[in-house]
Amino acid sequence: MIYREAGQFKTTYKSDQALLPIAQDRFFVMALIAFAYIVIPMVANDYWLNSIFLQFFIFSLAALGLNILTGYAGQLSLGTGGFMACGAFSAFKLATSFPDLHIVFVLFLAGLITAVVGMFFGIPSLRIKGFYLAVATLAAQFFLLWLFNRVPWFTNYSSSGVISPPPIKLFGDYYITGTEATNLTQYFFTLTLVIVLALAARNIIRGHIGRSWMAIRDMDIAAEIIGISPLKAKLSAFAVSSFYCGIAGALWAFLYTGGWRGFRYPKIILGAIHDYHWWFGFYPGLICWCGIYCGTADFSQFRSGVIRFGVIRFFGNAY
Amino acid sequence: MKNLVKKITIVMLIGVVFSLTGLAQAAEKIYVPMLTYTTGPYAPGGIPVDQGFRDYFKYVNASGGVNGVMLDWDTCEYGYNTDRGVECYERIKSKNGQMGVAVFPLSTGVTYALIPRTKADGMVLHSMGYGRTDASDGRVFGHVFTAPMTYWSQASAITRYIGDQIGGLNNLKGKKIALVYHNSAYGKEPIPTLEALSAKYGFKFLKYPVNHPGLEQKSTWLKIGRQTKPDFTIIFGWGVMTQTSIKEAKAIGYPVSKLIGNWWSASENDTRPAGAASVGYKAAGFHTIGKNYQLHKDILAKVYGAGNGSGDKSVVGEVLYNRALVQGVIFTEAIRAAQNKYGNIAINGKQLAWGYEHVNLTSSRLREMGLGGFMKPLKITCANHEGANSLLIHEWDGKNWVNPSKWYSPMYDVTRPMIESSAAAYAKENGITPRSNCN
Amino acid sequence: MFQAFFVDPFIMIYDTPLFFVEVLVSGLMAGVMYSLVALGFVIIFKASGVFNLAQGAMVLFAALTFVGLWEMGVNPWLSLILSALVMIGFAFSIERIVLRPLVNQDPIIFFMATLGITYFLDGFGQTIWGGEVRSLDIGIPNEPFMDLADMTGLYINKFDVFSAVVCSFLVVILAGFFTKTKIGRALRAVADDHQAALSVGIPLKTIWTIVWSVAGIVGLAAGILWGSKLGVQFALSLIAFKALPVLILGGFTSIPGAILGGLIIGSGEKIAEVYWGEAMGGAIEDWFAYVVALIFLLFRPQGLFGEKIIERV
Repeated sequence: MIYREAGQFKTTYKSDQALLPIAQDRFFVMALIAFAYIVIPMVANDYWLNSIFLQFFIFSLAALGLNILTGYAGQLSLGTGGFMACGAFSAFKLATSFPDLHIVFVLFLAGLITAVVGMFFGIPSLRIKGFYLAVATLAAQFFLLWLFNRVPWFTNYSSSGVISPPPIKLFGDYYITGTEATNLTQYFFTLTLVIVLALAARNIIRGHIGRSWMAIRDMDIAAEIIGISPLKAKLSAFAVSSFYCGIAGALWAFLYTGGWRGFRYPKIILGAIHDYHWWFGFYPGLICWCGIYCGTADFSQFRSGVIRFGVIRFFGNAY
Repeated sequence: MKNLVKKITIVMLIGVVFSLTGLAQAAEKIYVPMLTYTTGPYAPGGIPVDQGFRDYFKYVNASGGVNGVMLDWDTCEYGYNTDRGVECYERIKSKNGQMGVAVFPLSTGVTYALIPRTKADGMVLHSMGYGRTDASDGRVFGHVFTAPMTYWSQASAITRYIGDQIGGLNNLKGKKIALVYHNSAYGKEPIPTLEALSAKYGFKFLKYPVNHPGLEQKSTWLKIGRQTKPDFTIIFGWGVMTQTSIKEAKAIGYPVSKLIGNWWSASENDTRPAGAASVGYKAAGFHTIGKNYQLHKDILAKVYGAGNGSGDKSVVGEVLYNRALVQGVIFTEAIRAAQNKYGNIAINGKQLAWGYEHVNLTSSRLREMGLGGFMKPLKITCANHEGANSLLIHEWDGKNWVNPSKWYSPMYDVTRPMIESSAAAYAKENGITPRSNCN
Repeated sequence: MFQAFFVDPFIMIYDTPLFFVEVLVSGLMAGVMYSLVALGFVIIFKASGVFNLAQGAMVLFAALTFVGLWEMGVNPWLSLILSALVMIGFAFSIERIVLRPLVNQDPIIFFMATLGITYFLDGFGQTIWGGEVRSLDIGIPNEPFMDLADMTGLYINKFDVFSAVVCSFLVVILAGFFTKTKIGRALRAVADDHQAALSVGIPLKTIWTIVWSVAGIVGLAAGILWGSKLGVQFALSLIAFKALPVLILGGFTSIPGAILGGLIIGSGEKIAEVYWGEAMGGAIEDWFAYVVALIFLLFRPQGLFGEKIIERV
């Protein structure tokens, strides 16, 4: 970044192991959070709240998930779209089967279900890696979307195979989905969720599990020799990553499009998420990049292509 | 690394500047946010419709507006992509603080996504011949209109046509009718109707889903052409899928004359690329084809004559272009109906919804608008947002759509109860109390 | 359930063996068409280690250019040459703008860069040539050999046979190019290690331009064939997703693998769809292809013909 670590001496283990060990990072992130909570809601109009920031937070979550899997554990994956759909449909089934379940639990459970599914589709990673694995995870994408389209149970027997989430209350009279939900409620809810989950991810990464992922990423054979189980490390990475993607998918369906449409083309997800890989492991950067993506969502494909192009050209080796 | 931050800032700033476009313009116009797609896999369908809309709006303005009130519109390109469509809607739904009155998404997926949003914004959502069929129940869906026909009506009218071909609906017993459909919300819509009809008339109903985008259908057609050999095959395709179906049917030796496309599989863009294979292909439509109507002549004179055409002149009169005109005619007629009640002002969405519920396009009214015989008369009511209409089947002779059949009306006795029960279920799920003041 | 999966399909195959042959043949033919697209991926991966997601967009762009020029009144052969030149020019700019700044980066960085190229090309092609569907008739009839059909009841499509011939022709040339020529061997060195290749004096810039040009021209061939089958339109760029399972099955680095992979995937998915599709609700082709590929991968993790990479700690 533009500043250096020089002069910031760590004298205790606690400060050495802090979430953000560099003071500038700490100030930057806190200022960013304060800005997001105070300034943006005051100045942004409905369009920005609903169409830009909401998309931006949801994509950030999905990107976090992918970042864990690809950036930290080194397992290439193109199945994110499928996992997001899985989260959306599980959340829909949960919300309609248990109407009294609070939305937070719905999301959490949907994330857990997706984590199990993700683990299942992560099994090939034990045998193959690199781009072979990436293409193999596309199987998840195609299979899951086919399954949700095919089995009417997932859509509560809707004839067209479209799910529409019921109106859900966050607390009191504040709706989080449906026509009564205000943009501000949704904004604060997703913002908080993103911050909480980002913190959680940061903690997982610097802990035991996260370090085992990085060991696998950097040199799988060496990691195995020093006693890290590739099975546990890889599958846990798939599980945690899918948990995040599942929640993102559920939010996408519940808060943004108001349902998951029958088909979607994997490239959309690819485009939305994979660009962030430039920023392996640097969360503010990751989130900035999500912002750029949502900003460019306004443009025609051609222009957004040019912008992506420019970014690749100039930042290609900056991560 | 300083450089890097600078670069990021520049890129983000460009993003902000690009989005802050579209400034001051006078109100007193009726504003319509127009969602279009002229790129992406379904562009061949989106382009002529977009052109038709804009031509018609320009024509209305060139002839003095609707009772003196001009139309105004912004377009947003969404590439038939639901997420982008929602974002587009949010971006252009209002202009200078003036909320749009109606939106025509031309995508079943986007229609579903916009139903709650348009309701909150007090806007009319008119999905003409696509979208959510049970939204025809005006008591539950106050702001959604499906006129002039829905997929369910279409499926039943096509069944009637098939019955006619084999000498009566009673002869359907023991026959096989296949449905080759786009495996999405759109393609799955007619299935409940066809299942109900198959139970009623005793024909065997076979389903063949084709995945987006429908590039490879060999196995589907092997099954149809070799194994099941249905007596008729109905195609619910969109984009590249339809022409691939026609070609594969031909390649497998299944008679193309037994194929009946729905009205979204009925354009020149579906038959022309399939070349000679598509001769004899039949397709449905709720309006006729060609440009020998007064309205087309007027558009060519007033819009294209003034050099204002929205696209290639040769597209005027194509199937999808004409479909956009139907949309435009119903829309302006609804504005007129609303203006009758609220005065000749720039009405809002709520008033327009009232207007829609009082549209009465009689044959003489259609003639006045320069579309005599173009479509069947249409009357929309408060309870029935679909109205009653009919379709006809055309045949492709390699160059043009020819041999229009007679008009076939849907079996409302079958579809209407299904619509009502489905709408009631939706109302219950979403806590809506159906309006009781309409019968 | 058991009956539908394990008994009925086999009875069906036994009862109508000719139909099975027909399904198999049309599957093989479809597989050839997939291979054609997969070839473009293989060329670039084999020679530069880049997984080029933009191949589908290149197919579309090449076909659009070809048909666009033709419609403008250019002689078809001339427009073929011109579009090939456009693809070569495209390769030059890719090398200059995208690849050169990224020398010796992680493969995934290149992968992301090609994603950017995809967006750019999709938009650029449509901006220049428009989004309408254009029919492309190269004079090969899309109809079965009637004599054969009358004699045996087997419908073999002339067009498919033609594509198979074109495809095998391309494969022979490409395989020769990679194994017999000096450039071909240099290409493989680059794929292994950019910096090592540079240090032994292999001109990276030239090599990259060559591979991307070759991939562009193969894309042109695929685009013309697919385009005359489906009409030239945006959906062409989506056939890349049909080529991906072929790739992992055949191995990213093997040209014969792309062909054999295509044949296996093509016939496998057609047979599955025709005989087992019904039992599972139809439209299983898309994911079934990936499942077939996955099953093969479990036994040969580098694909059928992929290079076995020996890792040392």
